[in-house]
Amino acid sequence: MPSDSSTTAAAGTLLGTSRRRRRLWSSLARASTPYALIVPVVAVIGVILGYPLVWLVKLSTEQYGLFELIKHHGPSIGLANYRSVLHDQIFWHTLLRTVVFTAANVFFTIVLGMLIALLLTRVSTWVRVLLTSGLVLVWSMPVVVAVEVWNWMTNYQNGVLNYVLTELHLGNYFQHDWYGSTTSQLSMVTLLIVWGALPFVVITLYAGLAQVPHDLVEAAEVDGAAPWRVFRDITLPIIRPILLILTSLSIIWDFGVFTQPYLLIGQAKMTPGNFLMSIYLFEEGYFKSDYGRGAAISLLMLLLVAVLSVIYVRKMVRIGVAE
Amino acid sequence: MSRRRNRRGKQAAWNALGLAVFVVMVFPVFWMISTAFKSDAQIVSITPTWFPLHPTLAHFSAAIHKPFFWQDVENSLIIVSVTVAISIVLAFLAAVALARYRFSGRTLFVVLVIGIQMLPQAGLIIPLYVVLARYHQTNVLSGVVITYMTFVLPFCVWTLRGFLLGIPKELEEAAMVDGSTRLGVFIKILLPLMGPGLVATSVFAFITSWNEYIFARVLLNDQSKQTITVWLSYFLGTSRHTDWGALMAASTLTAIPVVIFFLLVQRRIAFGLTAGAVRG
Repeated sequence: MPSDSSTTAAAGTLLGTSRRRRRLWSSLARASTPYALIVPVVAVIGVILGYPLVWLVKLSTEQYGLFELIKHHGPSIGLANYRSVLHDQIFWHTLLRTVVFTAANVFFTIVLGMLIALLLTRVSTWVRVLLTSGLVLVWSMPVVVAVEVWNWMTNYQNGVLNYVLTELHLGNYFQHDWYGSTTSQLSMVTLLIVWGALPFVVITLYAGLAQVPHDLVEAAEVDGAAPWRVFRDITLPIIRPILLILTSLSIIWDFGVFTQPYLLIGQAKMTPGNFLMSIYLFEEGYFKSDYGRGAAISLLMLLLVAVLSVIYVRKMVRIGVAE
Repeated sequence: MSRRRNRRGKQAAWNALGLAVFVVMVFPVFWMISTAFKSDAQIVSITPTWFPLHPTLAHFSAAIHKPFFWQDVENSLIIVSVTVAISIVLAFLAAVALARYRFSGRTLFVVLVIGIQMLPQAGLIIPLYVVLARYHQTNVLSGVVITYMTFVLPFCVWTLRGFLLGIPKELEEAAMVDGSTRLGVFIKILLPLMGPGLVATSVFAFITSWNEYIFARVLLNDQSKQTITVWLSYFLGTSRHTDWGALMAASTLTAIPVVIFFLLVQRRIAFGLTAGAVRG
């Protein structure tokens, strides 16, 4: 009898452990599911981005030109590349120019974007629909296409810009060359970038403005508050988070911009006098096949952008983690 | 009475301003299309022709008969399709993890996904070029696919995650209670509901890859291997006398698929980058 009961007990424990084991297994499987799901992406990013970034650091301490590219090996030269870049006048001038350029682009993008978004709240519905559709159309233009259109419109011989400005009696722009000086070249690039960036900014801000409580604005207006005060004390606090995100995004994008200046000004007219950071990097690193020095510039640039992105990334991560 | 008239006058003024902004913003697009249909005489004339009353298709035919146009369109299509196909599958899995599970390391993964999207492409050309050259992946389409995935993959993860969050968890939980397996839930519930999100994300990824310029410019040397954006960028500067009509026709052709796709998905996708912020 006791043996019988002991077998039952033994069977019981056996059953218990196997059930427990199964439960353990399933909870383990549950816990590992998210990792299994992200492994492919993490692995791919590691190979296509992580590995090159490790290479970037290594390259920046090497003498690495065309010859080394073919040999797949470059001699280490310590921090010489960094010394060379940081002692390069052109680097500092380019950095300063890029900062000013970025500030101008972001300023115009955000201020004009805000004004147009506010305008959208004032116009009749049909104008709003028309304007929003127009903005979406502009938004969808591929950058390279936009550059070619800009090239054509600002062409000195028969560009439509010269014609319109002359006709409006804003001066004589007959055969005016918009790419004659650095300031003029970069202004054209700014015009192109702001034009291309406005749709995203306006539509996002307009969506934000929809959250501003109507009665609050009306009450303030009835109380005789000037439009500027209404904007500053009611509208602005509500859309501040969006404004902040749009500004930091614009800073990051405009600082690293390449296609627009490179193609609009044109390779032939690129000189150290009108370089922006990404173009300096392209010309010094890729075009001159000095990959080691180019890597040093890349690393410095990536670090700068990383610092600039902190606000944006932190904000977005907070949102991403919360949800 | 006068007050109402005053208000109406104000409204008219705002509308006029709105229309002016519309004209200025849309003009470049209009000018591109209008030029593409004009005769050469109208194009080079000092006094511009605003509307081509006798439109010609000559420039379109000139553009598509230029060397390598179709070849490079095909290259773009191949690169973009492969990039998007691989990215969307991998990204969907990771998005499920982000939207449906809490796990340690999640924050780090979110930082990775958002941070990568902020890297300036110019800053990556040197390391990508050197590493790809090492594995003989320069001047081949597969090398470009690899570089495109660096920005398409994180974008897809982040956007799909947003779409997944829009699907109530309760649907899946109910199915689990009814005895479905996790895989069953995934296939029978999540996938069909995610259809629109998957399409929208793919289309947007398609657009950004189609528009990409710098990686293709750096990696592909042969004219027969370039993408359409690089082809378009070389259009100028080949001769002293630019064929503006053909250039604008080619630009229009390059933009058309993008514009159509963009109009289809803009509403669904546009806020990915600022999502959350808009909602407060």
